[in-house]
Amino acid sequence: MTVTDDLVLSCRNLRKRFADVVAVDGLDLHVRRGECFGLLGPNGAGKTTTIEILEGLTDQDDGEVTLLGRSWNDDPQWLRERIGISLQETRFNDKLTVRETLRLFRSFYKNGRDPEALTADLSLGEKQDARVGKLSGGQRQRLAVACALIGDPEILFLDEPTTGLDPQSRLELWEQVHRFRTSGGSLLLTTHYMDEAERLCDRVAIVDHGRLIALGTPSELIGSLQTANVVEFASEPMIPDSILRTIEGVASCMKRGPNWSLNVSSLATTVPALLAVLEREGAKLLTLSTHQSTLEDLFVSLTGRELRDE
Amino acid sequence: MSKHHSALIELTIARTKEFVRQGEAVFWVFAFPLLLALALGFAFREKAPDRIPVGVIAGSSSSSILSSLAKSPALIARIYEARQGSEALRTGKISLLVEGGPPLVYRFDPTRPDSRVARLEADDALQQAAGRRNTLPVVEKRLTEKGSRYIDFLIPGLLGMNLMGTGMWGIGFSIVTARMNKLLKRLIATPMRKSDYMMAQMLSRLIFLVLEVATLIIFAWLTFGVGVNGSIFTLAVTCLVGATAFSGIGLLVAARPSTIEGVSGLMNLVMVPMWLLSGVFFSSERFPDWAQPLIRALPLTALNDALRAVMIEGRSITTIATELAILAVWAVVTFAIALRIFRWK
Repeated sequence: MTVTDDLVLSCRNLRKRFADVVAVDGLDLHVRRGECFGLLGPNGAGKTTTIEILEGLTDQDDGEVTLLGRSWNDDPQWLRERIGISLQETRFNDKLTVRETLRLFRSFYKNGRDPEALTADLSLGEKQDARVGKLSGGQRQRLAVACALIGDPEILFLDEPTTGLDPQSRLELWEQVHRFRTSGGSLLLTTHYMDEAERLCDRVAIVDHGRLIALGTPSELIGSLQTANVVEFASEPMIPDSILRTIEGVASCMKRGPNWSLNVSSLATTVPALLAVLEREGAKLLTLSTHQSTLEDLFVSLTGRELRDE
Repeated sequence: MSKHHSALIELTIARTKEFVRQGEAVFWVFAFPLLLALALGFAFREKAPDRIPVGVIAGSSSSSILSSLAKSPALIARIYEARQGSEALRTGKISLLVEGGPPLVYRFDPTRPDSRVARLEADDALQQAAGRRNTLPVVEKRLTEKGSRYIDFLIPGLLGMNLMGTGMWGIGFSIVTARMNKLLKRLIATPMRKSDYMMAQMLSRLIFLVLEVATLIIFAWLTFGVGVNGSIFTLAVTCLVGATAFSGIGLLVAARPSTIEGVSGLMNLVMVPMWLLSGVFFSSERFPDWAQPLIRALPLTALNDALRAVMIEGRSITTIATELAILAVWAVVTFAIALRIFRWK
């Protein structure tokens, strides 16, 4: 089997421009069969435009999209039967019940899953006869995923599936993603939560301004930082970065809010050295924390900006 | 495993449930036209002349006088003691006071027209009761014959207006709301056929059509005695074709707007001219000759003309073929254009 046989989705040189904004700027992506592929990036990075082009809902200006060996021009109905989609924000009909909504979506597909079994799988069984208007945010999101799964798809697209959800609902949704993968499905999801990408995705593409800036497994990407740890601290007075850069083991430093953030290779080396510098400069330590490097740190080191601009 | 119906059936069921579960929509479709018919019907009804109050002085023959007077549709009589009777006459509570005889005594003020009428009516009733025979045969013709009253003209117009309104509102709002909620976008992300979605909107409308038309017609019959002179079948076909035409127009109006304000404006743009021009409240023939071809081509004119032909004149389906053809063309053309220009995102 060649590598291309193994791909369920690929796009080459994808471009899309809206009025005066370039949303997607020459993107190449390849999703393998059975893989969970994450598109990670800040708001406005072009994630939703990209996924909607791949879903056949938006036309690209340039570039090729291939799903399951076909393009959207070949046979859209054939593809629609085989993919499941959850859009970023869909409000299903408030007046219909969960059961009725799923029956409706089931009727669109030649083959698919049993609505009742699916609601049970998604812990919506007790809400079968509740109107959609009465559901909580988490329950609505699960209904959206149920509607995406009802046609028993080969590829599942989830656009920001857990944005705005409480922690419990996020966990339940992640569980669904795991289950879909176990049954052999392939998945493309977008998120701006780094922990979600690290937790769910086999491979992650980090995009910014419509361009790919990093691609790999979460551990490869974090490993590419070369600095395994991050030290964040604040002191009174603050220490200038010219001094911080001279501390042993500090690869780089940058301001993050009121704190200095240091990318370091070894905590054991750098933390005592940092404390010694503070002592020497007569500065009082206000806060100090350390963590292992994450995709968030990678994004910051690549772009100089935070992933979440909150 | 539950059985899975075709998408068209499921979409129609879903749309129907959505409609039924929206209390306010049900009100506008069913209750509003009835209230309108009621209000207009009473405003323009032919008033039965008021009965003139007449008094009878209590006495041995007062009860037989009373029952004779009761036969006159123009009078309403009651018995008074002599003093109270005079008092009532003087203060205008009654127009005439009758005292048993013989001879009978009519007390009244001849300067009051109502009193003079009461005297004539009372005398007529009492003389007839006493056995008088008319020597000259007469027949009365009153201008309240069924079919020629304003309400007979109005009800088919209201029916047409209602078919237009519900077709437009019912379809327009539901589609634009679904577009605003990105539900349309979600739907075309499935293998659903676009024409199925639009057909379902029309079919769901036709389910309510029967109820909607029946409610108004039965109401008009019970309240105002407005009947259907033509065949029910012809009426049903006319309503069906008319409702389909307005569903098509509703789909077309809702094909592009992405706000409720936008679609409301378009609907008013379409409906208000037809309310005025298409002969809902008064005949469209009052407009100048040069405008007639245009007015004839409007779907509401065609529908109203056809409904009146069936309901008032009792004409057969072949004689309204032109109107039905105009409506069918509207239905097909608007549906086809709507399907082409429909915005799903």
